[in-house]
Amino acid sequence: MSNAKKLSLIILAFLGASVWWLVYRSLDPFANWFTYDLLKMVTGSRLALAVEFFIFEAPKVLMLLVVVVFGVGIVRSFFTPERTRRILTGKFEAIGNVLAALLGVVTPFCSCSAVPLFIGFVTTGIPLGVTLSFLISAPMVNEVALVLLFGLFGWKVAALYMGAGLIIAIASGWVIGKLHLERWVESWVYETGTGAKPANDNMPLTWDERVRFGRDSVNEIVGKVWPYVLAGIAVGAGIHGYVPQDFMASIMGKNAWWAVPIAVLIGIPMYSNAAGIIPIVQALLEKGAALGTVLAFMMSVIALSLPEFIILRKVLRPQLITTFAAVVGIGIMVIGYLFNFLI
Amino acid sequence: MKIKILGPGCMNCEKLYETTKSAVAELKLDAELEKVSDLREIQKYIMMTPGLVVDEKVVHQGKPLPDKEKVKKLLQSK
Repeated sequence: MSNAKKLSLIILAFLGASVWWLVYRSLDPFANWFTYDLLKMVTGSRLALAVEFFIFEAPKVLMLLVVVVFGVGIVRSFFTPERTRRILTGKFEAIGNVLAALLGVVTPFCSCSAVPLFIGFVTTGIPLGVTLSFLISAPMVNEVALVLLFGLFGWKVAALYMGAGLIIAIASGWVIGKLHLERWVESWVYETGTGAKPANDNMPLTWDERVRFGRDSVNEIVGKVWPYVLAGIAVGAGIHGYVPQDFMASIMGKNAWWAVPIAVLIGIPMYSNAAGIIPIVQALLEKGAALGTVLAFMMSVIALSLPEFIILRKVLRPQLITTFAAVVGIGIMVIGYLFNFLI
Repeated sequence: MKIKILGPGCMNCEKLYETTKSAVAELKLDAELEKVSDLREIQKYIMMTPGLVVDEKVVHQGKPLPDKEKVKKLLQSK
């Protein structure tokens, strides 16, 4: 890239960021003005609360999504699967589990790649448990989930979710590694061995291409999830205005000990992305459900899903899939109880 | 020249197939394009779909997808 072009790109980025920030800062006064001055609603009325909530939250969350997905897209352009595999090869377990969970967050991954990736990892000598740590964290700890949690519930909930997701990915992978379940991997996986020949890495990317990847990610991800986000916030706005406080407290509150395992069990057959599950999460949390129970439900929906098991069935025997689901499910329950207990 | 596009049929694989097709047309290459969707076949080459294989050599895998100009470069570097 020429220097002039680089400079214009930097200036453009700076201008864009400033405009974004100004708009973002004015959302709150705008929602207030829109609700009470333009629509002349009665202060404190249920409808006014719902409208103000929606007008403030919807653009806010979408703006956050665009920026974060773009940024994550650029970060991800530095992590090719080949590089991830090189980092993980020859690492001891434990350290390998931690690295795999962290790399799962930043390596570009789509669930249609789960099987080739699994084979590519285990046939180059990356332990089974380490590979599974990667496969647990990649879908669960993703930028869409984190942005939505941050935008709607604040940075503490987002950080808790991320920390919990990483811990579950690390611990579950480590436990499965300790159980030595390699015999439950379909035997043809190890026999092929062809995945073992390291592929050539992709041609290095230019900054132009990284920016384009960020933009493509925004188009692809935000283009896909925005209706869910809007629907979710609309549901949230309705609940915010109308449903009585503590409505969920008796069923899903801290004192309902049975709520955590039930939430996890209900979550397994449900399959949704982070954007689709947020309306439910928001509705539950605001009306008195306990944070641990709700996060356990959300993690179970995102991390444990029947479609994913069916894809993985091509390489894993049913016993291993069951063990995998059980270990991750128990991990999620422990986290759920822990949060309910501590917070 | 034999070109394989590897992927189980998700959106990205389709996109790469279309990009490659028009790159081949613009370069007026004498190439045979093949979509490979069998996972056992795919995993012989790559870990991340979609993949682009030219004469049995992997020239690209996974995201970010190459655009048409890059695919042209990849085809010509062969």
